[in-house]
Amino acid sequence: MVWDWLPEYAPRFIEGIWLTLQLLSLSIFFGMALAIPIGLVQVTGPRPLAWLARAFCTIIRGTPLLIQLWLIYYGIGSMFPSIPGIRESMLWPILRDAFPYAVVAFSLSVAGYEGEVMRGAFKGVAKGELEAARAIGMTPFQVLRRVWLPRALQNVFPTLAGEFILTLKATPLAATITVYEVYGIGAIVRQETYRIYEPLLFVAGIYIFITLCLVLFFRFLETRRRAPAP
Amino acid sequence: MESAFEYLALQPPGWGGNLLRGLVSTIQIALGAYALGLCLGFLGALGKIHGGPVLRWSLEFYTTLIRAVPELVLILLLYYAGTDLLNAALTGFGFERIEINGLWAGIYVIGLVQGAYSTEVFRGAINAVSHQQIEAAKAIGMSWSQIYRRITIPLMLPFALPGLSNLWLITTKDTALLAVVGFSELALETRQAAGATKEYLLFYLAAGALYLALTLVSTLLFSLFERRLRHGEARLS
Repeated sequence: MVWDWLPEYAPRFIEGIWLTLQLLSLSIFFGMALAIPIGLVQVTGPRPLAWLARAFCTIIRGTPLLIQLWLIYYGIGSMFPSIPGIRESMLWPILRDAFPYAVVAFSLSVAGYEGEVMRGAFKGVAKGELEAARAIGMTPFQVLRRVWLPRALQNVFPTLAGEFILTLKATPLAATITVYEVYGIGAIVRQETYRIYEPLLFVAGIYIFITLCLVLFFRFLETRRRAPAP
Repeated sequence: MESAFEYLALQPPGWGGNLLRGLVSTIQIALGAYALGLCLGFLGALGKIHGGPVLRWSLEFYTTLIRAVPELVLILLLYYAGTDLLNAALTGFGFERIEINGLWAGIYVIGLVQGAYSTEVFRGAINAVSHQQIEAAKAIGMSWSQIYRRITIPLMLPFALPGLSNLWLITTKDTALLAVVGFSELALETRQAAGATKEYLLFYLAAGALYLALTLVSTLLFSLFERRLRHGEARLS
Protein backbone atom coordinates (compact mmCIF):
# COMPACT_ATOMS: atom_id res chain seq x y z
CA MET A 1 0.00 0.00 0.00
CA VAL A 2 1.43 3.33 -1.05
CA TRP A 3 -0.22 6.50 0.23
CA ASP A 4 2.29 9.17 -0.81
CA TRP A 5 -0.19 10.61 -3.33
CA LEU A 6 -2.61 11.54 -0.57
CA PRO A 7 -1.20 14.97 0.49
CA GLU A 8 -1.10 16.13 -3.12
CA TYR A 9 -4.72 15.20 -3.81
CA ALA A 10 -6.18 16.01 -0.38
CA PRO A 11 -7.49 19.48 -1.41
CA ARG A 12 -9.26 17.96 -4.43
CA PHE A 13 -10.85 15.32 -2.23
CA ILE A 14 -12.17 18.07 0.04
CA GLU A 15 -13.66 19.80 -3.02
CA GLY A 16 -15.09 16.43 -4.04
CA ILE A 17 -16.73 15.90 -0.65
CA TRP A 18 -18.20 19.40 -0.83
CA LEU A 19 -19.58 18.66 -4.31
CA THR A 20 -21.05 15.33 -3.15
CA LEU A 21 -22.77 17.04 -0.22
CA GLN A 22 -24.12 19.80 -2.48
CA LEU A 23 -25.43 17.28 -4.96
CA LEU A 24 -27.01 15.23 -2.17
CA SER A 25 -28.69 18.13 -0.38
CA LEU A 26 -29.98 19.83 -3.54
CA SER A 27 -31.38 16.52 -4.82
CA ILE A 28 -33.09 15.78 -1.52
CA PHE A 29 -34.50 19.32 -1.36
CA PHE A 30 -35.94 19.41 -4.89
CA GLY A 31 -36.82 15.72 -4.80
CA MET A 32 -38.88 16.03 -1.62
CA ALA A 33 -40.51 19.21 -2.94
CA LEU A 34 -41.78 17.04 -5.81
CA ALA A 35 -42.38 13.89 -3.77
CA ILE A 36 -44.87 15.52 -1.39
CA PRO A 37 -47.35 16.58 -4.11
CA ILE A 38 -46.75 13.29 -5.96
CA GLY A 39 -47.65 11.34 -2.83
CA LEU A 40 -50.59 13.59 -2.05
CA VAL A 41 -52.32 13.46 -5.43
CA GLN A 42 -52.18 9.68 -5.35
CA VAL A 43 -54.23 9.73 -2.14
CA THR A 44 -56.70 12.58 -2.71
CA GLY A 45 -56.04 14.01 -6.15
CA PRO A 46 -58.26 13.80 -9.21
CA ARG A 47 -58.02 10.54 -11.16
CA PRO A 48 -55.85 11.75 -14.08
CA LEU A 49 -53.33 13.42 -11.77
CA ALA A 50 -53.15 10.35 -9.53
CA TRP A 51 -52.66 8.20 -12.59
CA LEU A 52 -49.91 10.47 -13.88
CA ALA A 53 -48.12 10.45 -10.51
CA ARG A 54 -48.32 6.68 -10.33
CA ALA A 55 -46.92 6.32 -13.86
CA PHE A 56 -44.06 8.67 -12.97
CA CYS A 57 -43.15 6.60 -9.89
CA THR A 58 -43.31 3.34 -11.85
CA ILE A 59 -41.06 4.65 -14.61
CA ILE A 60 -38.48 6.14 -12.25
CA ARG A 61 -38.43 3.06 -10.05
CA GLY A 62 -38.41 0.67 -13.00
CA THR A 63 -35.33 1.98 -14.83
CA PRO A 64 -31.72 2.26 -13.65
CA LEU A 65 -30.64 5.68 -12.41
CA LEU A 66 -27.61 5.47 -14.67
CA ILE A 67 -29.85 5.34 -17.75
CA GLN A 68 -31.94 8.26 -16.45
CA LEU A 69 -28.79 10.26 -15.85
CA TRP A 70 -27.41 9.57 -19.31
CA LEU A 71 -30.79 10.23 -20.89
CA ILE A 72 -30.97 13.65 -19.27
CA TYR A 73 -27.34 14.62 -19.79
CA TYR A 74 -26.55 13.17 -23.20
CA GLY A 75 -30.08 12.88 -24.57
CA ILE A 76 -31.73 16.10 -23.51
CA GLY A 77 -28.48 18.00 -23.00
CA SER A 78 -27.38 17.37 -26.56
CA MET A 79 -30.50 19.01 -27.94
CA PHE A 80 -29.90 22.41 -26.33
CA PRO A 81 -26.96 23.57 -28.49
CA SER A 82 -29.12 23.25 -31.61
CA ILE A 83 -31.58 25.86 -30.33
CA PRO A 84 -30.62 29.09 -32.12
CA GLY A 85 -29.26 31.89 -29.95
CA ILE A 86 -28.97 29.77 -26.82
CA ARG A 87 -25.20 30.10 -26.64
CA GLU A 88 -25.50 33.86 -26.24
CA SER A 89 -28.25 33.61 -23.61
CA MET A 90 -27.84 33.79 -19.84
CA LEU A 91 -28.89 30.17 -19.50
CA TRP A 92 -25.93 28.80 -21.43
CA PRO A 93 -23.39 28.69 -18.55
CA ILE A 94 -25.91 26.55 -16.63
CA LEU A 95 -26.79 24.32 -19.59
CA ARG A 96 -23.14 23.78 -20.44
CA ASP A 97 -22.23 22.52 -16.98
CA ALA A 98 -22.89 18.88 -16.06
CA PHE A 99 -23.76 19.55 -12.41
CA PRO A 100 -27.31 20.90 -13.03
CA TYR A 101 -28.13 17.81 -15.10
CA ALA A 102 -26.97 15.60 -12.25
CA VAL A 103 -29.14 17.56 -9.82
CA VAL A 104 -32.17 17.20 -12.12
CA ALA A 105 -31.63 13.46 -12.59
CA PHE A 106 -31.09 12.74 -8.89
CA SER A 107 -34.02 14.98 -7.87
CA LEU A 108 -36.36 13.11 -10.22
CA SER A 109 -35.11 9.83 -8.81
CA VAL A 110 -35.67 11.00 -5.23
CA ALA A 111 -39.12 12.26 -6.26
CA GLY A 112 -40.03 8.87 -7.75
CA TYR A 113 -38.93 6.74 -4.80
CA GLU A 114 -40.03 9.13 -2.07
CA GLY A 115 -43.30 9.88 -3.86
CA GLU A 116 -44.18 6.25 -3.25
CA VAL A 117 -43.10 6.52 0.40
CA MET A 118 -45.14 9.70 0.85
CA ARG A 119 -48.21 8.05 -0.66
CA GLY A 120 -48.07 5.44 2.07
CA ALA A 121 -47.33 8.11 4.65
CA PHE A 122 -50.34 10.26 3.73
CA LYS A 123 -52.54 7.19 3.69
CA GLY A 124 -51.27 6.12 7.09
CA VAL A 125 -52.38 9.20 9.00
CA ALA A 126 -55.43 8.32 11.10
CA LYS A 127 -58.70 9.59 9.64
CA GLY A 128 -59.82 10.82 13.05
CA GLU A 129 -57.01 13.35 13.22
CA LEU A 130 -57.96 14.85 9.86
CA GLU A 131 -61.63 14.92 10.80
CA ALA A 132 -60.78 16.63 14.07
CA ALA A 133 -58.76 19.26 12.22
CA ARG A 134 -61.64 19.87 9.81
CA ALA A 135 -64.14 19.95 12.66
CA ILE A 136 -62.40 22.86 14.34
CA GLY A 137 -62.72 24.79 11.09
CA MET A 138 -59.34 24.47 9.39
CA THR A 139 -59.29 25.05 5.65
CA PRO A 140 -58.07 22.08 3.58
CA PHE A 141 -54.71 23.80 3.16
CA GLN A 142 -54.40 24.36 6.90
CA VAL A 143 -55.25 20.70 7.53
CA LEU A 144 -52.46 19.73 5.17
CA ARG A 145 -49.89 22.14 6.59
CA ARG A 146 -50.60 21.74 10.29
CA VAL A 147 -51.77 18.14 10.64
CA TRP A 148 -51.57 15.90 7.61
CA LEU A 149 -48.07 16.65 6.34
CA PRO A 150 -46.34 16.83 9.76
CA ARG A 151 -47.97 13.60 10.91
CA ALA A 152 -47.13 11.85 7.65
CA LEU A 153 -43.49 12.94 7.73
CA GLN A 154 -43.20 11.94 11.37
CA ASN A 155 -44.39 8.42 10.60
CA VAL A 156 -42.01 7.74 7.73
CA PHE A 157 -38.99 9.68 8.94
CA PRO A 158 -36.83 6.57 9.53
CA THR A 159 -37.74 5.24 6.07
CA LEU A 160 -36.85 8.56 4.47
CA ALA A 161 -33.54 8.68 6.35
CA GLY A 162 -32.67 5.25 4.95
CA GLU A 163 -33.65 6.36 1.46
CA PHE A 164 -31.49 9.48 1.67
CA ILE A 165 -28.51 7.31 2.52
CA LEU A 166 -29.28 5.24 -0.59
CA THR A 167 -29.25 8.52 -2.52
CA LEU A 168 -25.80 9.30 -1.12
CA LYS A 169 -24.63 5.91 -2.35
CA ALA A 170 -25.99 6.68 -5.82
CA THR A 171 -24.11 10.00 -6.16
CA PRO A 172 -20.91 8.38 -7.57
CA LEU A 173 -22.87 7.83 -10.79
CA ALA A 174 -22.53 11.57 -11.39
CA ALA A 175 -18.85 10.97 -12.11
CA THR A 176 -19.89 9.25 -15.36
CA ILE A 177 -21.14 12.61 -16.66
CA THR A 178 -17.99 14.51 -15.59
CA VAL A 179 -19.21 15.75 -12.22
CA TYR A 180 -16.05 15.15 -10.23
CA GLU A 181 -17.34 14.41 -6.76
CA VAL A 182 -15.52 12.12 -4.29
CA TYR A 183 -15.64 9.03 -6.49
CA GLY A 184 -14.64 11.05 -9.57
CA ILE A 185 -11.59 12.43 -7.78
CA GLY A 186 -10.70 8.86 -6.78
CA ALA A 187 -10.94 7.85 -10.44
CA ILE A 188 -8.60 10.71 -11.40
CA VAL A 189 -6.08 9.57 -8.79
CA ARG A 190 -6.37 6.05 -10.17
CA GLN A 191 -5.60 7.22 -13.68
CA GLU A 192 -2.74 9.51 -12.71
CA THR A 193 -0.93 7.29 -10.19
CA TYR A 194 -1.77 3.83 -11.62
CA ARG A 195 -2.75 2.72 -8.10
CA ILE A 196 -5.92 0.64 -8.00
CA TYR A 197 -6.72 -0.22 -4.43
CA GLU A 198 -5.57 2.77 -2.37
CA PRO A 199 -7.80 5.42 -4.00
CA LEU A 200 -10.79 3.06 -4.07
CA LEU A 201 -10.36 2.12 -0.41
CA PHE A 202 -9.89 5.77 0.51
CA VAL A 203 -13.09 6.69 -1.36
CA ALA A 204 -14.95 3.82 0.32
CA GLY A 205 -13.73 5.11 3.68
CA ILE A 206 -15.00 8.62 2.90
CA TYR A 207 -18.44 7.25 2.00
CA ILE A 208 -18.59 5.19 5.19
CA PHE A 209 -17.68 8.31 7.15
CA ILE A 210 -20.34 10.45 5.42
CA THR A 211 -22.92 7.68 5.94
CA LEU A 212 -22.08 7.57 9.65
CA CYS A 213 -22.42 11.36 9.97
CA LEU A 214 -25.78 11.25 8.16
CA VAL A 215 -27.05 8.41 10.35
CA LEU A 216 -26.15 10.38 13.47
CA PHE A 217 -27.66 13.58 12.03
CA PHE A 218 -30.95 11.88 11.14
CA ARG A 219 -31.07 10.20 14.55
CA PHE A 220 -30.60 13.60 16.16
CA LEU A 221 -33.43 15.06 14.04
CA GLU A 222 -35.67 12.12 14.89
CA THR A 223 -35.24 12.43 18.65
CA ARG A 224 -35.71 16.19 18.43
CA ARG A 225 -38.94 16.10 16.50
CA ARG A 226 -40.53 13.20 18.32
CA ALA A 227 -43.91 14.26 19.68
CA PRO A 228 -43.96 14.82 23.46
CA ALA A 229 -45.60 12.00 25.37
CA PRO A 230 -49.28 12.73 26.08
CA MET B 1 -40.13 8.99 -37.27
CA GLU B 2 -39.04 6.67 -40.05
CA SER B 3 -35.40 7.07 -39.11
CA ALA B 4 -36.13 5.97 -35.53
CA PHE B 5 -37.26 2.60 -36.83
CA GLU B 6 -34.18 2.36 -39.02
CA TYR B 7 -31.91 3.04 -36.06
CA LEU B 8 -33.70 0.45 -33.94
CA ALA B 9 -33.88 -2.19 -36.69
CA LEU B 10 -32.74 -5.62 -35.58
CA GLN B 11 -30.30 -6.11 -38.48
CA PRO B 12 -27.21 -3.92 -38.89
CA PRO B 13 -26.99 -1.00 -39.70
CA GLY B 14 -29.81 -0.84 -37.11
CA TRP B 15 -28.80 -1.24 -33.48
CA GLY B 16 -31.86 -3.09 -32.18
CA GLY B 17 -30.08 -6.44 -32.29
CA ASN B 18 -27.25 -5.08 -30.15
CA LEU B 19 -29.71 -3.74 -27.60
CA LEU B 20 -31.51 -7.07 -27.40
CA ARG B 21 -28.22 -8.94 -27.01
CA GLY B 22 -27.39 -6.49 -24.23
CA LEU B 23 -30.74 -7.19 -22.60
CA VAL B 24 -30.06 -10.92 -22.74
CA SER B 25 -26.68 -10.56 -21.03
CA THR B 26 -28.23 -8.19 -18.49
CA ILE B 27 -30.81 -10.87 -17.66
CA GLN B 28 -28.12 -13.58 -17.52
CA ILE B 29 -25.91 -11.55 -15.19
CA ALA B 30 -28.90 -10.58 -13.04
CA LEU B 31 -30.14 -14.18 -12.74
CA GLY B 32 -26.69 -15.53 -11.89
CA ALA B 33 -25.96 -12.76 -9.42
CA TYR B 34 -29.37 -13.12 -7.80
CA ALA B 35 -28.92 -16.88 -7.37
CA LEU B 36 -25.45 -16.39 -5.89
CA GLY B 37 -26.80 -13.63 -3.65
CA LEU B 38 -29.63 -15.85 -2.42
CA CYS B 39 -27.24 -18.69 -1.53
CA LEU B 40 -24.85 -16.34 0.26
CA GLY B 41 -27.75 -14.61 1.95
CA PHE B 42 -29.34 -17.82 3.21
CA LEU B 43 -26.02 -19.15 4.51
CA GLY B 44 -25.27 -15.75 6.00
CA ALA B 45 -28.61 -15.66 7.77
CA LEU B 46 -28.06 -19.17 9.17
CA GLY B 47 -24.62 -18.06 10.34
CA LYS B 48 -25.98 -14.93 11.95
CA ILE B 49 -28.70 -16.86 13.78
CA HIS B 50 -26.91 -20.07 14.79
CA GLY B 51 -23.21 -19.19 14.48
CA GLY B 52 -20.66 -18.57 17.21
CA PRO B 53 -19.44 -15.09 18.12
CA VAL B 54 -16.58 -15.02 15.58
CA LEU B 55 -18.78 -16.06 12.67
CA ARG B 56 -21.55 -13.69 13.73
CA TRP B 57 -19.13 -10.82 14.11
CA SER B 58 -17.53 -11.35 10.72
CA LEU B 59 -20.93 -11.64 9.02
CA GLU B 60 -21.99 -8.42 10.73
CA PHE B 61 -18.84 -6.82 9.37
CA TYR B 62 -19.59 -8.08 5.84
CA THR B 63 -23.20 -6.91 5.75
CA THR B 64 -22.52 -3.54 7.38
CA LEU B 65 -19.53 -2.73 5.21
CA ILE B 66 -21.18 -3.73 1.95
CA ARG B 67 -24.30 -1.76 2.74
CA ALA B 68 -22.35 1.38 3.70
CA VAL B 69 -20.24 1.67 0.53
CA PRO B 70 -21.66 2.78 -2.84
CA GLU B 71 -22.25 -0.11 -5.27
CA LEU B 72 -20.07 1.46 -7.94
CA VAL B 73 -17.03 1.58 -5.62
CA LEU B 74 -17.72 -1.99 -4.46
CA ILE B 75 -18.02 -3.28 -7.99
CA LEU B 76 -14.63 -1.86 -8.93
CA LEU B 77 -12.98 -3.05 -5.70
CA LEU B 78 -14.40 -6.56 -5.91
CA TYR B 79 -13.60 -6.84 -9.60
CA TYR B 80 -9.93 -5.90 -9.19
CA ALA B 81 -9.51 -7.78 -5.91
CA GLY B 82 -11.22 -10.87 -7.33
CA THR B 83 -9.12 -11.05 -10.49
CA ASP B 84 -5.90 -10.34 -8.55
CA LEU B 85 -6.63 -13.02 -5.95
CA LEU B 86 -7.60 -15.56 -8.58
CA ASN B 87 -4.49 -14.88 -10.62
CA ALA B 88 -2.27 -14.96 -7.54
CA ALA B 89 -3.74 -18.36 -6.72
CA LEU B 90 -3.32 -19.59 -10.30
CA THR B 91 0.30 -18.46 -10.63
CA GLY B 92 0.94 -19.87 -7.16
CA PHE B 93 -0.15 -23.28 -8.43
CA GLY B 94 1.85 -22.84 -11.62
CA PHE B 95 -0.95 -22.02 -14.04
CA GLU B 96 -1.16 -19.18 -16.56
CA ARG B 97 -2.79 -15.87 -15.65
CA ILE B 98 -6.29 -15.56 -17.05
CA GLU B 99 -8.67 -12.75 -17.88
CA ILE B 100 -12.03 -13.31 -16.21
CA ASN B 101 -14.91 -13.28 -18.65
CA GLY B 102 -17.26 -10.31 -18.19
CA LEU B 103 -20.33 -12.45 -17.53
CA TRP B 104 -18.78 -14.37 -14.64
CA ALA B 105 -17.09 -11.33 -13.16
CA GLY B 106 -20.39 -9.45 -13.23
CA ILE B 107 -22.23 -12.34 -11.61
CA TYR B 108 -19.65 -12.73 -8.87
CA VAL B 109 -19.34 -9.01 -8.13
CA ILE B 110 -23.08 -8.24 -7.99
CA GLY B 111 -23.78 -11.56 -6.26
CA LEU B 112 -21.42 -10.69 -3.39
CA VAL B 113 -23.14 -7.32 -2.98
CA GLN B 114 -26.61 -8.86 -3.11
CA GLY B 115 -25.56 -11.50 -0.60
CA ALA B 116 -25.18 -8.83 2.08
CA TYR B 117 -28.64 -7.43 1.45
CA SER B 118 -30.36 -10.80 1.24
CA THR B 119 -28.67 -11.94 4.47
CA GLU B 120 -30.69 -9.29 6.27
CA VAL B 121 -33.91 -10.17 4.43
CA PHE B 122 -33.57 -13.88 5.29
CA ARG B 123 -32.53 -13.19 8.88
CA GLY B 124 -35.63 -11.08 9.45
CA ALA B 125 -37.87 -13.66 7.78
CA ILE B 126 -36.44 -16.64 9.68
CA ASN B 127 -36.78 -14.78 12.96
CA ALA B 128 -40.39 -13.99 12.12
CA VAL B 129 -41.34 -17.70 12.09
CA SER B 130 -43.15 -18.44 15.33
CA HIS B 131 -41.10 -20.25 17.97
CA GLN B 132 -43.91 -22.60 18.82
CA GLN B 133 -43.83 -24.10 15.35
CA ILE B 134 -40.13 -24.90 15.74
CA GLU B 135 -40.67 -26.29 19.23
CA ALA B 136 -43.51 -28.48 18.02
CA ALA B 137 -41.28 -29.82 15.24
CA LYS B 138 -38.50 -30.53 17.75
CA ALA B 139 -40.97 -32.22 20.08
CA ILE B 140 -41.99 -34.73 17.44
CA GLY B 141 -38.33 -35.54 16.88
CA MET B 142 -37.44 -33.78 13.62
CA SER B 143 -33.76 -33.17 12.92
CA TRP B 144 -32.49 -29.64 12.18
CA SER B 145 -32.42 -30.20 8.44
CA GLN B 146 -35.96 -31.58 8.53
CA ILE B 147 -37.14 -28.61 10.53
CA TYR B 148 -35.63 -26.20 8.02
CA ARG B 149 -36.91 -28.11 5.03
CA ARG B 150 -40.43 -28.76 6.25
CA ILE B 151 -41.21 -25.92 8.65
CA THR B 152 -38.91 -22.91 8.62
CA ILE B 153 -38.38 -22.40 4.91
CA PRO B 154 -42.01 -22.80 3.82
CA LEU B 155 -43.17 -20.57 6.67
CA MET B 156 -40.58 -17.86 6.23
CA LEU B 157 -40.94 -17.48 2.45
CA PRO B 158 -44.05 -15.28 2.60
CA PHE B 159 -42.17 -12.95 4.98
CA ALA B 160 -39.07 -12.91 2.81
CA LEU B 161 -40.77 -12.56 -0.56
CA PRO B 162 -41.47 -8.79 -0.60
CA GLY B 163 -37.85 -8.12 0.35
CA LEU B 164 -36.56 -10.66 -2.16
CA SER B 165 -38.62 -9.26 -5.01
CA ASN B 166 -37.26 -5.79 -4.21
CA LEU B 167 -33.76 -7.22 -4.28
CA TRP B 168 -34.37 -8.77 -7.69
CA LEU B 169 -35.45 -5.40 -9.06
CA ILE B 170 -32.37 -3.79 -7.50
CA THR B 171 -30.18 -6.51 -9.03
CA THR B 172 -31.50 -5.92 -12.54
CA LYS B 173 -30.86 -2.20 -12.17
CA ASP B 174 -27.44 -2.70 -10.56
CA THR B 175 -26.23 -4.59 -13.62
CA ALA B 176 -26.29 -1.24 -15.44
CA LEU B 177 -23.39 -0.17 -13.23
CA LEU B 178 -21.24 -2.82 -14.90
CA ALA B 179 -21.22 -0.56 -17.96
CA VAL B 180 -18.93 1.78 -16.06
CA VAL B 181 -16.44 -1.07 -15.62
CA GLY B 182 -16.79 -1.97 -19.29
CA PHE B 183 -18.82 -5.20 -19.24
CA SER B 184 -21.03 -5.61 -22.24
CA GLU B 185 -24.66 -5.45 -21.15
CA LEU B 186 -27.69 -3.35 -21.99
CA ALA B 187 -26.39 -0.03 -20.64
CA LEU B 188 -23.03 -0.31 -22.39
CA GLU B 189 -24.55 -1.50 -25.69
CA THR B 190 -26.87 1.49 -25.50
CA ARG B 191 -24.03 3.89 -24.87
CA GLN B 192 -22.12 2.50 -27.83
CA ALA B 193 -25.15 2.68 -30.10
CA ALA B 194 -25.91 6.23 -28.96
CA GLY B 195 -22.30 7.31 -29.38
CA ALA B 196 -22.04 5.84 -32.86
CA THR B 197 -25.28 7.34 -34.19
CA LYS B 198 -25.43 10.52 -32.03
CA GLU B 199 -29.09 9.60 -31.40
CA TYR B 200 -28.68 9.82 -27.63
CA LEU B 201 -32.29 10.53 -26.72
CA LEU B 202 -33.70 7.73 -28.88
CA PHE B 203 -31.39 5.01 -27.62
CA TYR B 204 -31.57 5.93 -23.95
CA LEU B 205 -35.36 6.00 -24.19
CA ALA B 206 -35.28 2.59 -25.87
CA ALA B 207 -33.02 1.19 -23.14
CA GLY B 208 -35.25 2.69 -20.48
CA ALA B 209 -38.26 1.00 -22.08
CA LEU B 210 -36.47 -2.37 -22.08
CA TYR B 211 -35.49 -2.06 -18.42
CA LEU B 212 -39.03 -0.97 -17.57
CA ALA B 213 -40.49 -3.97 -19.39
CA LEU B 214 -38.13 -6.26 -17.46
CA THR B 215 -39.23 -4.67 -14.18
CA LEU B 216 -42.94 -4.88 -14.97
CA VAL B 217 -42.77 -8.52 -16.05
CA SER B 218 -40.75 -9.41 -12.93
CA THR B 219 -43.21 -7.62 -10.67
CA LEU B 220 -46.08 -9.55 -12.23
CA LEU B 221 -44.29 -12.90 -11.81
CA PHE B 222 -43.43 -12.16 -8.19
CA SER B 223 -47.00 -11.19 -7.34
CA LEU B 224 -48.27 -14.43 -8.91
CA PHE B 225 -45.71 -16.40 -6.91
CA GLU B 226 -46.65 -14.60 -3.70
CA ARG B 227 -50.33 -15.33 -4.23
CA ARG B 228 -49.45 -18.99 -4.67
CA LEU B 229 -47.36 -19.04 -1.51
CA ARG B 230 -50.05 -17.39 0.53
CA HIS B 231 -52.93 -19.43 -0.85
CA GLY B 232 -53.78 -21.04 2.48
CA GLU B 233 -53.59 -17.92 4.59
CA ALA B 234 -56.54 -16.09 6.06
CA ARG B 235 -57.33 -12.78 4.36
CA LEU B 236 -56.39 -9.83 6.53
CA SER B 237 -58.74 -7.26 5.03
